Amino acid sequence: MNVNWFKFASPPAFYSLAGRLIPIFWGLTLTLLVIGLYWGFFQTTDQLGGSNPQKEYYRIIFIHVSSAWMSMWLYFVMVVWAAIGLVFNTRLSFMMAKAIAPTGAVFTFLALWTGAFWGRPSWGTYWDWDPRLTSELVLFFMYIGYIALHSAIDDIRRADRASALLAIVGLVMVPVIFWSINCPDPNQCAALHQRSNLTKIDGNILFAMLTMSLAFWMYSFAATFMRLRSLILTREAESIWVRELLTQRGEQ
Amino acid sequence: MKARQKRLVFIGLAIIGIGAASTLAITALNSNISYFFSPSQVLANEAPPNHVFRLGGLVTKGSLIRESDSLKIHFDVTDNAKTVKVIYTGILPDLFSEGKGVVTKGKLGADGVFYAEEVLAKHDEEYVPPEVASTLKTAHAEGVTNTATTSNGASN
Repeated sequence: MNVNWFKFASPPAFYSLAGRLIPIFWGLTLTLLVIGLYWGFFQTTDQLGGSNPQKEYYRIIFIHVSSAWMSMWLYFVMVVWAAIGLVFNTRLSFMMAKAIAPTGAVFTFLALWTGAFWGRPSWGTYWDWDPRLTSELVLFFMYIGYIALHSAIDDIRRADRASALLAIVGLVMVPVIFWSINCPDPNQCAALHQRSNLTKIDGNILFAMLTMSLAFWMYSFAATFMRLRSLILTREAESIWVRELLTQRGEQ
Repeated sequence: MKARQKRLVFIGLAIIGIGAASTLAITALNSNISYFFSPSQVLANEAPPNHVFRLGGLVTKGSLIRESDSLKIHFDVTDNAKTVKVIYTGILPDLFSEGKGVVTKGKLGADGVFYAEEVLAKHDEEYVPPEVASTLKTAHAEGVTNTATTSNGASN
């Protein structure tokens, strides 16, 4: 199969491609969400045992870990598109980065919020200035800063480039968040947050957690593509293809 | 060099710079002693005197005493080398228990006792049902030959 991928770097081509993909991603999101939530609520243990005897509230893990993963992953993807935009001056790459930011910010907020509600019963506090919690909060501010900077500059091309640079600088936070609990010597990681180790998680819990993560990922595609389509229409409002599209819609 | 290649080099350098900054930040976090102090550090006078700081470690087994007429609680925090006595008045978090990790915030008294204002429980990254955990623990602690005789006492 020979696909010309660069064809989709043009806004009109990507606009129609995204339009066809969005329903697929919504379908995948809902399917995975139903499976993940069902498995998380009905196929997993009611109470944890061993050295971590948490009660029902441990189920926050299915939302918390999945959204925390997405918050870091989406930031990375956003920076990749921002860098491609800066190097190749491609319009669509900048729009891609801008379209990802709100979804990333939502997942970061969700990770912090569910973390607070999990921290209260298990640790005994909603918030503490622990390295993991603090670095995740900084990531949230990076997303907000990116969105704010972009909307503060009127000229779209300048706004794209300035906020892309800010996003690239903020990439420094992603490895810090990761290693804030996963440093090689556990005695050096003075933290309240536990380390992450997928091998110490029961199979059913892990399955629900990974399914929820996939659901959130598919949601990210759906939400980003919808935002991207409206961005394309706004930015290309004066172009011939958008006018033709609008007249076609008008005639139907 | 074309303009595009220049930008590519620029972004490449920027990302290398950010990698360096990340490494520095992680190194700083690794040698971070300000989140909490271990009992050994406290007894070596590394913790700030007359200031609120966090003391972290394990609750010594058998050290927990609840006063019968108040919410006052006594326990020891250890790092398996040194031990600091802690006094706290209040309600302990759900996961607080002897032998488990704890982070307490408070001041060190002149009597060498740590007066905690806040006690937080640490838990590890093991998420398994109780049955699985007890079998693992039995096999690990007692050895496989003894599992049959100790299976009753393993669930706690």
